[in-house]
Amino acid sequence: MPKPKQPEQTSSGISRRDFFKSSTVGAVSTALVSGVHGEGSSVEVLGPGEVGIKLNVNGKTRRLRVEPRVTLLDALRSELDVTGAKKVCDRSTCGACTVLLDGKPVYACSVLAVEAQDKQIVTVEGLGTPEKMHPVQKAFVENDAQQCGFCTPGFVVACAAFLEKHPNPDIEDLKKGLGGNLCRCGTYDGIKKAVKQVAAEGGINA
Amino acid sequence: MPEYNWPEAEKRSRIGNRKTRLDGPVKVTGKAEYTYDVKLYGMLYAKMLTCPHAHAKIVSIDISQAEAMEGVKAIRMIQEPGAEIQWADDEIVAVAAETEDIARDALKAIKVEYEVLDHFVDDENKDAAPVVNPAQEEVTGDPDAAFANAAFVSEGFYGARVIAHACLESHGDVAVWDDDEHLTVFASTQAVSSLPGQFADGLGIPAANVRVICQHVGGGFGSKFSADRWGIECARLAKIAGRPVKLMLERDAEIHVAGGRPSSYAKIKTAADKDGNIVGWASESWGTGGPAGTGSPPVPYVWQIPNRRHQHSSIPTNIGPSRAWRAPNHPQACFLTMSALEDLAAKVGMDPLDFVLKNIALTGTRSQNYADELKIGADLIGWKHHWHPRGQAGDGPVKRGLGLALHTWGGRGHQSNCELVIHADSSVEIKLGSQDLGTGTRTVIALVVADTFGLTADDITVRIGDSRYPASGASGGSTTVGGVSSAARRASLVALEQLLGRIAPELEAKPEDLEVINSTIRVKGDHSKSLSWKEATALLGVSTITATGQHPGPGRLDDSGVAGIQMADVSVDTETGVVSINKMVAVQDCGLIIDLMTAESQVHGALIMGIAYSLAEERVMDPVTGTLLNGDMEFYKLPGIGDVGELVVHMMTGPGYDERGVIGLGEPPVVSPGAAISNAVANAIGVRVPYLPLTPDRVLEALGKGGAA
Ligand code: FES
Ligand code: FES
Repeated sequence: MPKPKQPEQTSSGISRRDFFKSSTVGAVSTALVSGVHGEGSSVEVLGPGEVGIKLNVNGKTRRLRVEPRVTLLDALRSELDVTGAKKVCDRSTCGACTVLLDGKPVYACSVLAVEAQDKQIVTVEGLGTPEKMHPVQKAFVENDAQQCGFCTPGFVVACAAFLEKHPNPDIEDLKKGLGGNLCRCGTYDGIKKAVKQVAAEGGINA
Repeated sequence: MPEYNWPEAEKRSRIGNRKTRLDGPVKVTGKAEYTYDVKLYGMLYAKMLTCPHAHAKIVSIDISQAEAMEGVKAIRMIQEPGAEIQWADDEIVAVAAETEDIARDALKAIKVEYEVLDHFVDDENKDAAPVVNPAQEEVTGDPDAAFANAAFVSEGFYGARVIAHACLESHGDVAVWDDDEHLTVFASTQAVSSLPGQFADGLGIPAANVRVICQHVGGGFGSKFSADRWGIECARLAKIAGRPVKLMLERDAEIHVAGGRPSSYAKIKTAADKDGNIVGWASESWGTGGPAGTGSPPVPYVWQIPNRRHQHSSIPTNIGPSRAWRAPNHPQACFLTMSALEDLAAKVGMDPLDFVLKNIALTGTRSQNYADELKIGADLIGWKHHWHPRGQAGDGPVKRGLGLALHTWGGRGHQSNCELVIHADSSVEIKLGSQDLGTGTRTVIALVVADTFGLTADDITVRIGDSRYPASGASGGSTTVGGVSSAARRASLVALEQLLGRIAPELEAKPEDLEVINSTIRVKGDHSKSLSWKEATALLGVSTITATGQHPGPGRLDDSGVAGIQMADVSVDTETGVVSINKMVAVQDCGLIIDLMTAESQVHGALIMGIAYSLAEERVMDPVTGTLLNGDMEFYKLPGIGDVGELVVHMMTGPGYDERGVIGLGEPPVVSPGAAISNAVANAIGVRVPYLPLTPDRVLEALGKGGAA
């Protein structure tokens, strides 16, 4: 069965999904108080209704409308169809949702989409493709660091960030630096080997 | 008809090598699409209202407010007033709405009235259980006489708590009706070919009208064989709304209702004669897997102790339902048995390695395998160097200890059918309604076909994960590799015979005088006469070669029954009670290994999963409310990369193993860790910590009762 995907953004910046959403949650939309500046303060108050935002995801600017309470992870997955990062715990425990925000690894389930504006967001898809893998991705494959693969996107991103900071990690660095991601299938041994291999082969920019 | 067998060792070009998995690249780049990632145009999101009480009767349900909410597109009462609920988090009403948030808001608008009933979740406390279902006592030999005449008797209590499956991709589906009678389901499942029948049953349509798709699944471990009530409801919501619906379980439900390994508690008495021969066993066990209680763990496990008595009681509780957890009942039985025997060895005053080897004949037909594996394991962990008598771990607060355990499993191949096509452009595809749980199923199938055709695994297109392909068994009980590899081998041999028949005249030879090697078909003994695979298949013109393969079938390609041993080296901080793993060694056989790399990964993964249930995992129930206290990943603990120590895996291969054929590997290595780690802790601190998991509080409590603090 052909699986129709959500159409991409139209040139007007409004996708069919946005149209669809705003027509069905009209009651919520009337409560929109976007961009209200508090008196005598420079703090911008957003919401509670949808606001238009721009996210830079894997080098591309994407426009979308989200309620301010929407997390970066939900925005990526549900609004932008960037589904590499996974939601498992939804509360900063498992690391399955790890993405880079201006080069720093963050749990996308615990960052609001509105907070990620004006930052460079890199997901696992932005690191490499099956045809042109990032050194970490290649090392994961070569060391069989994935089984079911559900934790893998988060781990790949975490490892890339970790190796950037620790080009020659020792085991203690590794334990601490990658302790924020969990795997149920038990791929830690392959991940350790993959990290060591990347370090030995000249790092993530080799 | 070809001869159905595996190639001799020197003729294997691909089988037994280390091949990286075929779906590695899509997994590491985020391209692998899981059910959780599926998004269809117009798709609605469903959520379920669950029961807050561990035991209750539904008095009334009012969905009128939720129905009237903007964006709510379908509501289903899963259970009606009058229904008796047996565990908290059981599903009551399902709502499909335009967004997850609207669905959540709608749940809050539903009013359910309950009559709350008494609950029981304290499963260890058999005497307090409202219902106890005792099974018939089993007796072999004369245990009374054996205990009366024994030189050494050891007695103890041991208990393994209920744990969850905790798949990272929760259970769930995306359902879409193609028309009123035809349904497509994207399912997170271990059973692609059996799900259409289950959905058909639930929905009253023919199985032929249901298609199930699952390309990748984020963990199963025995919990994803069923269409499940929520799957059927997802399809019903989709039908009511006339739109696709996605329903994935929330994390707390995943931990509480979508899986569970029954608990096992036992009082065990063992006896040995003055030379350290095991002569007697007496045990009384109980446990729960929810309202149905649970069956007896097979104890004594592996050991055929001549004089033995066992009695089990099943305890119905409101702890939540259970499902087949990787190697059902074996990890618990292994923990109970190997802990009790290690305690007996300590009573006798023997090194448990010597004790086990001395009694190894009691392990039956595979005793020689165990003995061989124990020797290899002992070398790999430095047993003779590091072992010390129980509790003599020296001064200082951190004590080190060693422990061992052994296990078995069947692992014969399940029923499997496949269709293989050789195309004239040289490409080869094979289709099976199987699934790859991350075990390497795709890769194994490709290697078998590639080996038979003299090609590489990357030359083979493996199509699985769709119920439109020939039916193949569910992936459970370590049955997949034997089933799919045997079916694929048979189909490949038939197809090759046909191909060679077609091209033999071209090479002026008889088909039986041809061989395939390195993408070339050539005449045996006259290599000048050859065709490349491409040239050979081009001769097919506008036709293809299509062959089917089945398992079971002619020839002996699979087998059943493995032996494995594991050893653990741990350190216990006697001030904090924290157990850390220094090293674990696993020595495992599984017949003919198709892909050494993914086979080793299975064992590594099992060791880590074993460390998890030994040190951290358990469903913590609130005795007052009967609800689950740790339905999240902060408190349903899993070890991280720094918690697993050094892992050494040794696979038994070569003569004596390979000729048995293919045997499954998913279950056996997850059986022993609990016992091996518990024994290592007892060796380190001089006292048995009776429970799994070995949490710091339990270690400290055991130390408080004695030991080398
Ligand atoms: S989903 Fe974000 S940390 Fe688990
Ligand atoms: S590979 Fe399955 S959770 Fe990590």
